[in-house]
Amino acid sequence: MVSEPRVETLALREQFNTAEQQKDASSLGMWIFLITEVMFFGGMFAAYTVYRSIYPGVFGAASRTLNATLGAINTAVLLCSSFTMALAVRAGQLGRRKQIMAFLILTLILGMVFLGVKGYEWNEKYVEHHIPGPAFHMEGAGLQDHAQLFFSLYFAMTGLHALHMVVGAGLLALLLYQTYRGRFSAAYYTPIDMVGLYWHFVDIIWIYLFPLLYLIDRHGPRP
Amino acid sequence: MTTPHVDSVKTYAAVWIALLLMTGLTTGVAYIDLGAFSVVIALTIAACKMALVALFFMHVRHSTKLTKLVVLGGLLWLAILLSLTMADFATRGWLGA
Repeated sequence: MVSEPRVETLALREQFNTAEQQKDASSLGMWIFLITEVMFFGGMFAAYTVYRSIYPGVFGAASRTLNATLGAINTAVLLCSSFTMALAVRAGQLGRRKQIMAFLILTLILGMVFLGVKGYEWNEKYVEHHIPGPAFHMEGAGLQDHAQLFFSLYFAMTGLHALHMVVGAGLLALLLYQTYRGRFSAAYYTPIDMVGLYWHFVDIIWIYLFPLLYLIDRHGPRP
Repeated sequence: MTTPHVDSVKTYAAVWIALLLMTGLTTGVAYIDLGAFSVVIALTIAACKMALVALFFMHVRHSTKLTKLVVLGGLLWLAILLSLTMADFATRGWLGA
């Protein structure tokens, strides 16, 4: 028997009774993966909570050196990208190929804008000697080591978040290619739905990172 | 195959606007001195934003009961991680040096 190259389509695989059951299984599997991601980031949020509770003053002072305006703008950019991603999934539900492509491209562009702003901010930290290490120096804070703790957490958490954005951008590019090739229809758009879940999850992580890193103690004295 | 729940663009737009407004609110309120209460407000707003994204953008409100249970279970495990860690660190001083 000569078979065509195996391409996953809307075809119902034999372990499922209905297409709906197959889709529910995909959703459940994706959610369980996302929960493992929640626990992965959760470890860092736990470390953050411990050190912030021990050194609240230094964390507040270090947080004030971050650019809250850029942080807020980037939060808005990411929320816009989640909106366009939700519309891409909706276009998938309706099987509108051109709309899927348009919204995926918009989401990808907004994701790139986010990463660009993030890169600009990281460069600011470099210029200001706020990267933990031998060259670290923070004006005003009496406790340089404790301020380095804040910036270590800042770079670990925003860095890992940005890495997830890069992976998400790669997935969006893959979806774009597949949509262009006509792989998706109203009957089968599960990959768009699953990448959407991932993209929104990354958004939720940033929803917590923004106030916890940028807005700890904004009313205090500026260093 | 049953057709999926297709939410209107209007619904998504309303959620999107609400998320942007809450971002403005959490930024603005951070410049007001509320003492220890400010972190409570920041986390409450973040939790509301998370709920909107999960329920509407991630379609949890249309999901199966099993998926809803997994989502809540995940949040419960996160709460255990954070609360037990803090229960340790917050009480270490109680026994003296």
